[in-house]
Amino acid sequence: MKTWAALLRPGDWLLVLLGAGAVAVSFPLLWSGGKAERAVVRLDGRVVAEFPLTAPRRFAVTGPLGETLIEIAPGRARVLSDPGPRQYCVQQGWLTRPNAIAICAPNHVSLSLSGKDASHDSLNY
Amino acid sequence: MTVSTIELRVTDADRRIARYAAAAIALTVAEAALPSPLPGVKPGLANIVVLIVLLRHGWRDAAWVSLLRVLAGSLLVGQFLAPGFFLALAGALASLAVLALAVRLPQRWFGPVSASVLAAFAHIGGQLLLARLWLVPHDGVFLLAPVFGLSALVFGIVNGLIAARMLKEEQ
Repeated sequence: MKTWAALLRPGDWLLVLLGAGAVAVSFPLLWSGGKAERAVVRLDGRVVAEFPLTAPRRFAVTGPLGETLIEIAPGRARVLSDPGPRQYCVQQGWLTRPNAIAICAPNHVSLSLSGKDASHDSLNY
Repeated sequence: MTVSTIELRVTDADRRIARYAAAAIALTVAEAALPSPLPGVKPGLANIVVLIVLLRHGWRDAAWVSLLRVLAGSLLVGQFLAPGFFLALAGALASLAVLALAVRLPQRWFGPVSASVLAAFAHIGGQLLLARLWLVPHDGVFLLAPVFGLSALVFGIVNGLIAARMLKEEQ
C-alpha cells in the first residue's frame, strides 16, 4: 500500500480529489430528474387548475364524491384531503419530482407535477 | 520471386511503436473477453501502454500506438467500422488531445496518475459526445455520465498507478 501511495505526487492527489468531487456532484445533479415546476390538477381528465410551485396555496376541486383539497408549497404539492374511501392519493404525501402523479380515482381527481419537458410519468415508468 | 521495387525503410522508432502497439492490442483483445456491466465501462488496460509510451517516448509515439490499437483492436474483435469502433476512436482522439496538454504539466507535481485520470475522463467525454451527437440524439445519454465518470476515475487511478510503477521499475 505504501509503495503504491509513493507513486502519487501532490498534484495527482489534487486531481484525484477533484475528479472524485466532480463525480460525486454529478450523481445528484444528473439523477434528480430535473426540477418540478408546475402542479396540474385534473378532474375527469380535464385540466381544472395549474399552479407554479413557487408560493404556498390551497385549492379545492369538487368531484362526484365531494371536495378534494390540494396543497401547493414551494417545490412540491400534495393531496391534503379527499373524500375517497381508501385515501391512496392522500397517503402518497408530497410529490416532488416532475411527472409524479397522485390519483384520487373515486373522486375523479388527479394531481400531477410537470417539469421542463414532459416525459414518462411515475405510473407508466 | 521478383524483388520488390518499393522499399520501405523501417526505422527503430517504427519497430518500437509496433512492439508497443502489439502489447496494447493484446490487452484490448484480452479485455474484450471480460464481461462489462455497461457498454463503455471497461478498465482500458491498453491505456497503460499508451501512458508508458507517452512518458518514455513522447506524444507522437503515443498517438501512433493509441490509434493503431483502436484500428487493429477493432479488426480483431470484429468491430471495425461498427459503432463501437467510432466510439473507441472518439475516446482515443479526445484522450490524446488531453494528454498533449497533460505532459506539459510540471513533472514535479503531476505524475502518470494525473495524466491517466485526465485521459480517462477525456476518453469517456469524447465517447459520450459522439454518442449524443450520433447514436443517441437525446440528452438521456448524459444520465449515464456519473457512472462513466466513476469508472473513469477508478480505472484512471489504477492504470496510472500501474504505469507509474512500471516506469519506476525501469529506472
